[in-house]
Amino acid sequence: MVWNLRLYVAGQTPKSIRAFANLKAMCEEHLKGRYQIEVIDLRKNPQLARGDQIVAIPTLVRRLPLPLRTIVGDLSNSMLLLVGLDLRKVG
Amino acid sequence: MKQMAQKKISSSPVSNTLPKAATGIQGLDEITGGGLPRGRSTLISGGAGSGKTLFGLEFLVRGATQFNEPGVFISFEESIPDLAKNVASLGFDLDRLVAEKKLFVDHVSIARSELGETGEYDLEGLFIRIADAIERVGARRVVLDTLETLFGELPSPGIVRAEIRRLFDWLKQKGLTSIITAERDQPDKLTRHGIEEFVSDCVILLDHRIREEISTRRLRIVKYRGSTHGTNEYPFLIDDQGISVLPISSLGLNHDAPDERVSSGISRLDGMLGGKGFYRGSSILASGTAGTGKTTIAACFVDAACRRGERALFFAFEESPEQILRNMRSIGIDLEPWVKKGLLQFHAARPTYGGIEQVLLLTHKGITSFKPSVVVVDPVTNLLMVSTQNEVRSMLTRLVDFLKTQGITSIFTSLTAAGALEASEADVSSLMDTWLLLKNIEVGGERNRALYVLKSRGMEHSNQIREFVLTDDGLRLLDVYLGAEGVLTGSARVSQEMREKAVVTFQRQELETQRRELERKRRIFEARMVMLRAEFEAEEEIIQQTISESELLGEEVVQDRGQMVLSRQADSSSYKKEGRAKVAPVR
Repeated sequence: MVWNLRLYVAGQTPKSIRAFANLKAMCEEHLKGRYQIEVIDLRKNPQLARGDQIVAIPTLVRRLPLPLRTIVGDLSNSMLLLVGLDLRKVG
Repeated sequence: MKQMAQKKISSSPVSNTLPKAATGIQGLDEITGGGLPRGRSTLISGGAGSGKTLFGLEFLVRGATQFNEPGVFISFEESIPDLAKNVASLGFDLDRLVAEKKLFVDHVSIARSELGETGEYDLEGLFIRIADAIERVGARRVVLDTLETLFGELPSPGIVRAEIRRLFDWLKQKGLTSIITAERDQPDKLTRHGIEEFVSDCVILLDHRIREEISTRRLRIVKYRGSTHGTNEYPFLIDDQGISVLPISSLGLNHDAPDERVSSGISRLDGMLGGKGFYRGSSILASGTAGTGKTTIAACFVDAACRRGERALFFAFEESPEQILRNMRSIGIDLEPWVKKGLLQFHAARPTYGGIEQVLLLTHKGITSFKPSVVVVDPVTNLLMVSTQNEVRSMLTRLVDFLKTQGITSIFTSLTAAGALEASEADVSSLMDTWLLLKNIEVGGERNRALYVLKSRGMEHSNQIREFVLTDDGLRLLDVYLGAEGVLTGSARVSQEMREKAVVTFQRQELETQRRELERKRRIFEARMVMLRAEFEAEEEIIQQTISESELLGEEVVQDRGQMVLSRQADSSSYKKEGRAKVAPVR
């Protein structure tokens, strides 16, 4: 099954670049070959922020597999990222 | 009411130091001196159900409809359909305004349970959403309701706090007039998370409290930088036309003072008021203890107004209209034809039902829709049941001002406890132009009604107490008897009058008797005179006769004596003087 991940950013800010790099690294390690990352720049498509209820930037949304998961922040804590994405149990 | 408020806003001078954005909320622009600070943020703080959301929405709706300033509403709590439903009951058609691109509503909802946090973030997403919304309608006004919810939904309160601060700066930079609402859950704090420290320009506190089972809403301007503002707690109400703040005297003292007089409906009372009655547009207080005829005075006035073809509005806070009609009919005042003709309208309600704000609203609405020239509030004291003296006074001040600007003559009746009649009314009476005091006077085992004019501004008025009699054919004012024991009324007056009448009759009879006596004496005198004259004449005759007889006799004596002298040859010189010598010259 292919994971569908969507990363919301607002322009090329350091936090956004950092978040994308962290996400890419995590996927390469744990989901190699079965993931898809979609980066949405809200500066270009502001109306999408409303549709997906985005407030914080950067925000990562796991669209597939369900259920929907939302993680805010620059994803620098890889441990919390894996827990948040249900890739690893806590502890 | 709303139209009037708008006129007021447009005519009031706008401060040139600090630009303000009129809210259009009834009364608020008056106490803030023109509205909220333009291009800045205002914090609206209040407990649950205090009307924060509605305040924000009305600010936007009125901005969009009255001042041509489109707005954006960002709701952090209620969903858009819920919002639309809630404000539809207040007469705001949110959907239509949205369709007309005068308003944009966005609902920000974050479910904490779905949210994880891994590192730093900012609220740029929210900024983008707000900026997008503003751009869509060209908004000049923004409401964020309730921003602090973000603290509960997002991790790292430190970040949220810093971002909220940035948001306020950003709004200010964009020159948006904005309202941020905040929940107040502790009495010593304005907001749960202390965001008031970011809002330095204007803070308004809303309060909804229950006192003695009656709910009242209050508004207070805690802070308004660079502007004077009312510092009191102002009552406000929410009804089907939105929020109305009730400033103590929103209309000021600049009403006309017409010279025209209107009859009170009681000719003797008109007589007591310089012969012409009340001034049109003046306020009259009729106060007295229970059963002194306050409502009757008011009904007479209403009757007179309807006879002149004017409209009258009767606010009955104690009796039902039917009861008033029946009671007045019993004393010969038939108000029913006026009701049928549409000249007289009753508004009857117990003021306890909705609190003092509701009462004021009811009166204002009734007056603006019916446009009467005469208003009766019967009795004003019933309002005290729902509020403190202070609130009643402020409400009355406002009502009286309102009535005066409309040129409406008004009668307020006031029930007072027996005893300190004048003192207990001091508060209310100073607002009134004319004060009629009705009194029960107890004399000779009776209670009788009396009336006097305690004050009447700008006219000569009688200082007399009049007895006030309710008869089958109306109301009459009678002179009272002023005796040694004071004022006499009722049967005491009647008996006194009879006594006086008796005295007068007696005196008249006495006089008549004396006159007859005199006549009799004169006749006696005259009769006596006639008799005396007759006697006198008789006597005179006799005396005359006697005199003439005596003369004859005297001559004979002298002759005899002369002859005697001659015969005796006496010295006759002593007789020469008597001239008898010629008769008998002695040589």
